[in-house]
Amino acid sequence: MTEPKLLGEVLRERGVSRRAFLMYASCMSSLMALPPSAAAAMAEGLAKARRQSVIWLSFQECTGCIESLTRSFSPSLEDLIFDFISLDYQHALQAASGEAAEDARRHAMRDNKGKYIVVVDGSVPMGDGGVYSTIAGQTNQQMLAETVADAAAVVAVGTCAAFGGLPQAQPNPTGAVPIEQLVAGKPVINIPGCPPLPQAMAGTITQILAFGKLPELDALKRPRAFFGESIHDRCYRRPFYKRGQFAKSFDDEGARKGWCLYELGCKGPVTYNSCATTKWNGGVSFPIQSGHGCIGCSEPGFWDMGGLYRPLASSARPLQRVVPIAAAAGVAVGAGTALLARKRLAGASQQGDKT
Amino acid sequence: MTLLDFARGPALQFAIIVFVFGVLWRLVGVLLLPRIGDRSPPREGAPATWLGAARTVVRRMWPRREFIERTLYPTLNSYVFHVGLALVVFGLAPHIVFIRDWTGLSWPALPSDLVLAIGVVTLVSLVAVLVRRLVHPVLRLLSHAGDYLSWLVTALPVATGLATTMDFGPRYETMLALHVLSIAALLIWFPFGKLMHAFFFVLSRGATGARFSHRGVEV
Repeated sequence: MTEPKLLGEVLRERGVSRRAFLMYASCMSSLMALPPSAAAAMAEGLAKARRQSVIWLSFQECTGCIESLTRSFSPSLEDLIFDFISLDYQHALQAASGEAAEDARRHAMRDNKGKYIVVVDGSVPMGDGGVYSTIAGQTNQQMLAETVADAAAVVAVGTCAAFGGLPQAQPNPTGAVPIEQLVAGKPVINIPGCPPLPQAMAGTITQILAFGKLPELDALKRPRAFFGESIHDRCYRRPFYKRGQFAKSFDDEGARKGWCLYELGCKGPVTYNSCATTKWNGGVSFPIQSGHGCIGCSEPGFWDMGGLYRPLASSARPLQRVVPIAAAAGVAVGAGTALLARKRLAGASQQGDKT
Repeated sequence: MTLLDFARGPALQFAIIVFVFGVLWRLVGVLLLPRIGDRSPPREGAPATWLGAARTVVRRMWPRREFIERTLYPTLNSYVFHVGLALVVFGLAPHIVFIRDWTGLSWPALPSDLVLAIGVVTLVSLVAVLVRRLVHPVLRLLSHAGDYLSWLVTALPVATGLATTMDFGPRYETMLALHVLSIAALLIWFPFGKLMHAFFFVLSRGATGARFSHRGVEV
């Protein structure tokens, strides 16, 4: 059996020039906020790496994450990542179907035991024995347990996989849970977003390939390079926030002047992602630039933050009903205490008259 | 549920309910108390009762000349943190959004950096208030736990708000949650401690002014 080719050899065969390869490494190391010297090390590491086996499991999801990766506007970057990896199982992209597809997954697991990476998009339903999502007769939980048993690492892509996402939104009818909750003893990386930035997915996998180790992660196991700063920190509309200039509706004078969208429910201050710097569609724009506030899609429980258009400064629970009830109760109790005081006074003066 | 979700959700809702209930309970309870009637005829030339009350409310905003020298520092410092608190509470855009959320009232915001500077001055002034209370023998004797609690729940929202704006301490969302929780603590304690003077000062000064003016006492 011949030794599998190194990535450098594969890329040379496919006509990827050294210049393009170095540009990719420089771009990725810059995206990952690595020092300039890391670009050469990354290129060297990638060139010497073997093609990485990746098994991509799709559970309760909408396929938006893989769409984000494959339909991104910078194919030079994200196409290259598909040259670096051997995507052995992916529902939306693989040609095989049915038993053949499941055989391909098990084959990849056997051949790359302890070395393959499992990428998961979608949450896992745990309610009613996991019947809400099954693949090839297996519940998502069973398939995940079987697949991650011999994996090197698990990458939870998208907010559904990372934090439960929309399937977990109240009332969570399927009992959806994030991947991390079901994986023990394996390193887990969360790359949340609805969908996640393709650069975050490609950059993370590239770093694992080049350096053979996980990137630096935050408390929610997100790569710091992409999730280290809030949208608000990097938002070009922040000067308007500082000046107290806010759009009050999506079509008012402030909105036309590009003022801050905080009062329209923007969750930028509590959302950690690099949309404001990396942007979407080849760096063209991101939601706030397009006139809509950040919905906080890379944060846990973003769907239940009290409403997408409810400002952060307002109560997450509506007050219109409870405040009048509290006011009426306060007036009633106040009137009651005053009445008691009047009765006491009247009683005391009557007693005074008798004596 | 994250700490911020808890703060913005059940904690804030509970605090607002307690605040509205407590303030109205105490205000209505006082306003409906039986009045102590003054059966003597008003002194000749005495102003109308309401006018005497209104004059006293305004007049007592500044000490009489003979007391100015002794009370200048606490008076000025009180003005600094009262005006500072008012500007911070009613001038910062997120606060206006919060107030609009449950009253429907709204007005233009001040620049955030200006409010930040005012907040720093306010906090320094509040610290000075505490130091004076701790070192002044008479004030210390008069103070009880409720007074210190009132100071704490007033100063904490200012301190956490500054830390939130200046990215000081933990991550923004944690600081924001602590800020909201400190506001919840303020709202819960407000009706039951001396912070109620925000509403009662008008009633107490007015009652004194009405009685004094009836008797021809210059206030």
